[in-house]
Amino acid sequence: MPRRKTFVHAIGLLIMLALPLAADAAGEPFLTTVASRVLIYALVAVSLDLILGFGAMVSFGHGAFFGIGAFVVGILTHHSYEATAIAFLPGDWTGTTAALIQWPLAMVIAGLFALVIGAMCLRTSGVYFIMITLAFAQMLYYFMTSLPTYGGQDGLNLWERSTLPLLDMYDDTQFYYVTCALLLAFMALARRIVGSRFGMVLRGCKQNETRMKALGFPVYRYKLAAFVIAGMGAGLAGALAANHTEFVGPGLMHWTRSGEIMVMVILGGMGTIFGPVLGAATLLMMEETLSGFTEHWMVFLGPFLVFVVLFARKGLYGWLVGREADDDG
Amino acid sequence: MTADPILQVTGLTKHFGAVRAADDLTFSVKRGEIHALIGPNGAGKSTTIGQLSGEIRPDGGRVAFNGRDITRMPTYRRARKGLQRSYQITSLFPEFTAEDNVAMAIQSQQGHSFRFWTRARRDRALRLPAREALRRVGLEDMANLKVTELAHGQQRQLELAMTLATEPSMLLLDEPMAGMGRRETQGMMEILRSLKGDVAILLVEHDMDVVFALADVVSVLVKGSVQMTGTPDEVRDDTEVRRAYLGDG
Amino acid sequence: MTLVLFLEQTLNGLQQGVMLFLMAAGLTLVFGIMHMINLAHGSLYMVGAYVAATVTMASGSFALGVAAAMVAAGITGMVIELIAFRRLYDRDHLDQVLATFGIILTFNELTKIIWGAQALFLSTPKVLSGTLEFIPGAPYPAYRLFIILIGLVVGLGLRHLILNTRLGMLIRAGATHREMVGAMGVNIDRLFTIVFGIGAMLAGLAGAMAGPMLAIEVGMGEKILILTFVVIIIGGIGSVRGALVGALLVGLVDTYGRAFLPFILRSMMEPSAADSIGAAVSSVAIYVLMAMVLMWRPRGLFQAYGDS
Repeated sequence: MPRRKTFVHAIGLLIMLALPLAADAAGEPFLTTVASRVLIYALVAVSLDLILGFGAMVSFGHGAFFGIGAFVVGILTHHSYEATAIAFLPGDWTGTTAALIQWPLAMVIAGLFALVIGAMCLRTSGVYFIMITLAFAQMLYYFMTSLPTYGGQDGLNLWERSTLPLLDMYDDTQFYYVTCALLLAFMALARRIVGSRFGMVLRGCKQNETRMKALGFPVYRYKLAAFVIAGMGAGLAGALAANHTEFVGPGLMHWTRSGEIMVMVILGGMGTIFGPVLGAATLLMMEETLSGFTEHWMVFLGPFLVFVVLFARKGLYGWLVGREADDDG
Repeated sequence: MTADPILQVTGLTKHFGAVRAADDLTFSVKRGEIHALIGPNGAGKSTTIGQLSGEIRPDGGRVAFNGRDITRMPTYRRARKGLQRSYQITSLFPEFTAEDNVAMAIQSQQGHSFRFWTRARRDRALRLPAREALRRVGLEDMANLKVTELAHGQQRQLELAMTLATEPSMLLLDEPMAGMGRRETQGMMEILRSLKGDVAILLVEHDMDVVFALADVVSVLVKGSVQMTGTPDEVRDDTEVRRAYLGDG
Repeated sequence: MTLVLFLEQTLNGLQQGVMLFLMAAGLTLVFGIMHMINLAHGSLYMVGAYVAATVTMASGSFALGVAAAMVAAGITGMVIELIAFRRLYDRDHLDQVLATFGIILTFNELTKIIWGAQALFLSTPKVLSGTLEFIPGAPYPAYRLFIILIGLVVGLGLRHLILNTRLGMLIRAGATHREMVGAMGVNIDRLFTIVFGIGAMLAGLAGAMAGPMLAIEVGMGEKILILTFVVIIIGGIGSVRGALVGALLVGLVDTYGRAFLPFILRSMMEPSAADSIGAAVSSVAIYVLMAMVLMWRPRGLFQAYGDS
């Protein structure tokens, strides 16, 4: 008798893989584009779940890494298109639109920022941690807003999408499947990490950090490593987002963006890897449908969020999967 | 086996404002011995444990473990050197199973944990010793139960299993039997007795029956310093001690 | 770069600091006593600004507008406290952050519904719209001096409240010994509501005072909220004294940074680069300050309570 959890996962996977085909068949290819957006946000939400759901690090600055990934792609594309050298780098590199260079670079740079920011923030804990991550995200936001070189407040348009060998990133379906593949790969990686020795340390820190320290674990290092991995995931999502909207703006780094991502994680079910995907899908779907009814749909989101926090802590995934939600071996 | 004490405390002092929790405190614990620390309320027993475990910083004095000065060493490093503390309040990982908890303790001893691929729950290097430690404290049947599903006494046993799993050379126990019923206390005493000779134990206890049944040596702590050290019989018969504890004998 | 310019900027910094103090005092009290993170504090500021603008424009009296703003913010605050916050006090910080985030979203949208998406503008009240020339050669806006004055009054008032009244004693005791205060027979729920109300009124006052100086629009609350958090982190959560010191520090550093950094950079590089880099760097100046303070004192400058 297959477990509920397996069933839910299977259905989810099926929907993910079959969606573009169904959309085409229904004559609504636009849905594929919307779905791509969902998958991109699912990726950044899963990356946040890694530190939030499993490590209890309430980072209000995760949007910063999302934005950094996007800006890396934006800046490289901008220079490539304009054929100008990147001023702050040595040599005369004029950027590139090759995804195989851009996207890993986005991850690496987001990871480096996560390393530096995390190194400072993780020295604090509790509410101080929440606030300092928020402050750093805002710092980056204001910095990018004041820098006119890359659009300042108005942001940067991407005149070309990233290029992948053999594939056409302008084809919505192909773009969807590339995004889908990356999301699934990251989820599989996250699952592996969570069940590993490293993951156990992280989860131990969430449950009882004092005991972890007493056992001899230098918890700072582990949390920092997790923070960097999560940052890299967000960076990858940012690279995809830049391609998807063909636009990069500092708004991606704003703390309210981090808040939305956090909502996705909580709504879907934190500490579950699959939950954030559900959360992203639900939130963005709500946005799509409700904004069709009224431009003031947010006035419903607010109380809905408060309701979820107060009464439905385990999120949608918990509701779907029941008691098995905790078992993540 | 050398005759050097495993733990040497010299002139330890700690003030909390006007209160002298430790006042030129000096004593030592030999390898494998069960050393009880008794004294009236407020004598500074818990503070002593805290200073030995590294959670409280002494104002003065010296603590030497295995010959090495650990006075300012952080808790986690003392743990790695073999000096472990077990807690009065259970401090476990509530969402993990009993076996997970012990495995965590074992994992802490096996080098770094920057291993991202192998599933920890299937790692025999962790699971086998974990089950062995659970067996030692009689919890092998509860291995797959979550901590939240264990009774209080079983949680205390789990605590001990975790501490033992790290193969410490000395344990600091602050009232390990607190809140336990008769039977659980007996069980715990058996476990502690089985450790004699292997693991040195510094035991803070109020229950005199336990002290007399288990301890090789007893130190009486009064107002932050050791008034006397001796065998349980010597201490029981000492008039000064009786006065400090019971008023006039 | 003259002394006069420096003095002017110092006054600007103090004025900004005062605004931040009005916000920070309420926020730090709520956190210190109820151990609750309230992201919606900025929304109360916004309510204050909008109500002040509406009432002033309708009645012609700025004083009335400010009074109405404080009342509106106070009432709004107490209503939110009763409906939502009561349940959140015992929850972990994540829940509080999310729930109050939800409240922000609701308020922002409600504001758009009631007042529309266009920004409102409030003009400086005539009696305060002149300048005072007490620094020879540099007339300084009277309104800003007024704000500094208000800040002084509020600061002294709070000090009196906390040190000399029964309520203040309960506040101080409540910060460290919540259960004891409850056991003493004090109605904890009512104490919390009152404290929250005071904080809300101060936020409303700040919003009302800010009205003549900024565009009154949705999202203004979030802007100042971040700064307020930086202030209370620097000052130490739970400490009103810390809130004052932190606020003045942040106000001054931010003002000096914006005023002088591009200027300093101009001596090193060409003007356009200096201006843009200067603007970028000065916008992060206070965050650098915060990071530096946290490195030195991870719990802020004045610690009012231990970590919960």
